Amino acid sequence: MTETRNIEISELRHLVSERALEGETMLLNMGPQHPATHGVLRLMLELDGEEVVNCIPDIGFLHTGVEKDMESKIYQKAEVMTDRLDYLNPIGNNLVFCLAVEKLADLDVPARAQGIRVILAELTRLSSHLLWLGTSGLDVGAMSLFLYTMREREIIQDIFELCSGQRMMTTYVRPGGLWRDIPVEFEGAVRSFIEIMPRRIEEYESLLNENPIFLERTAGIGVLTYENALRWGATGPIARASGVALDIRKAMPYMGYEQYDFDIPTRAEGDVLARYLVRVAEMRESLKIIRQALDKLPYGPVNSNNRKYVPPPRSEIGVSMEALIHHFKLWTEGFTIPKGAIYAAAESPRGELGVYLESDGGSKPYRIHYRTPSFAALQLMPLLAKGHFVADLVAIIASIDIVLGDTDR
Amino acid sequence: MGIEQKTGNMGVVTTTLEQVVNWSRTNSMWPMLFGLACCAIEMMAAQAANYDMSRFGMELMRASPRQSDLMIVAGRVSRKMAPVLRQLYDQMPDPKWVIAMGDCASCGGVFNNYAIVQGVDEIVPVDVYVSGCPPRPEALIHGIMTLHEKVKQEKLNQWK
Repeated sequence: MTETRNIEISELRHLVSERALEGETMLLNMGPQHPATHGVLRLMLELDGEEVVNCIPDIGFLHTGVEKDMESKIYQKAEVMTDRLDYLNPIGNNLVFCLAVEKLADLDVPARAQGIRVILAELTRLSSHLLWLGTSGLDVGAMSLFLYTMREREIIQDIFELCSGQRMMTTYVRPGGLWRDIPVEFEGAVRSFIEIMPRRIEEYESLLNENPIFLERTAGIGVLTYENALRWGATGPIARASGVALDIRKAMPYMGYEQYDFDIPTRAEGDVLARYLVRVAEMRESLKIIRQALDKLPYGPVNSNNRKYVPPPRSEIGVSMEALIHHFKLWTEGFTIPKGAIYAAAESPRGELGVYLESDGGSKPYRIHYRTPSFAALQLMPLLAKGHFVADLVAIIASIDIVLGDTDR
Repeated sequence: MGIEQKTGNMGVVTTTLEQVVNWSRTNSMWPMLFGLACCAIEMMAAQAANYDMSRFGMELMRASPRQSDLMIVAGRVSRKMAPVLRQLYDQMPDPKWVIAMGDCASCGGVFNNYAIVQGVDEIVPVDVYVSGCPPRPEALIHGIMTLHEKVKQEKLNQWK
């Protein structure tokens, strides 16, 4: 077991200002068990009265060793671990892993599978934004919002359960396609969801947009300028709230995102309120994408025909010796991927989620690295928090929407 | 029958101290607001409108360990988090209970590696294990009901 020890303030000399060493400012520990840190983030604060002079994030409390663990697992098993990285975006994590594998293995994905992947990825984005909206509402004192957003989130979880049997960790997206085709009830469930959702979003907005307390606590707080957003590698809604119109779905289209008509909502202010407005606008765009993808969804297979990567259907195993061999090979030693390295990126609810995958030609990844948006967003904390009050710090942490599983991996 | 019904009519209930204290402990058990990973999301879902844990007197999540009776270890515990978790447990006043929610907290789950504590029972005594990755909100509620059953059977001389 790891031992704890007391540290002297002189050991922190490189982190804090001279004033802290003289005792003029106070050092305060926030987290890792704190309701406003959204997980197990620890922030070391240097305070002058109630004003934050410096804020030093301490991460690693949820370090899971996923990247190392994946090196000892065949690709199909390694994918199961990706769900648990960014646990608000499980299907997005699967998707970006599969994108990397498919790119490196030159594996085709049928159009129907691509359409279903897009619908599920956008539903995941909605569910992540809904949870974010509820919890960040809690942080600034809007209690009832949480109950409303979780109500809608349950509908999405039910849709995931319908197609995969699991509410959160679905592992539904597989290399070369999907686990299996969606059930017949899927379309009706999604259509009724996108039917009710616009009115529900209006309901949330009516609770917050003109609420003087909410505006007071968010407008002008934690401003991130356009230049700083680019300089610090911010992506996703944080960058878009600072005027950087960057969206991987438009910039580097994957899964046929180029065929859908949607906008990238941006704001110029770069404060907490702008990040809220961008995310809510994004929810509307996601609904637009889901509607188009459902209308366009073609019939056909949901898995690639390449039997070296995709297991054959059950019906084939009984009649074809070759199918039986493929099935056995795929589920015992897995498939092999040609030697090489690849970077694949997708737009997660938090920004650019990338996978760097290196293969040595074997059935296990030689090295896999995740470029996670939360990690890049968390380094903005000292920049955003300086000069604000501790109470504003809570709103700022909520607004950058970090998931510690994503940060620490 | 008989005398009990008569005293009941007079507004008097006869019971044992053991039963009445255990009953009161089960119906106002305050959990600690302490989420670690994925399971914390399902724990939040269990408290939200659809599942509504407040039906069992469990809705009042306290952010401070000093005010809570129940620690729900919701998620994987890393080696770096383990001393913190133990300290939080030590800060809770007696009587206290622990639920290991999910496979990671129960046995390490899919993460059999250097970073994750293989079961939170290595560092704190666990009363109820809830399986699932992550467990459904119903499973968590079932775990809590199981804990209630356990608390109801506690004996007077075992009270802390």
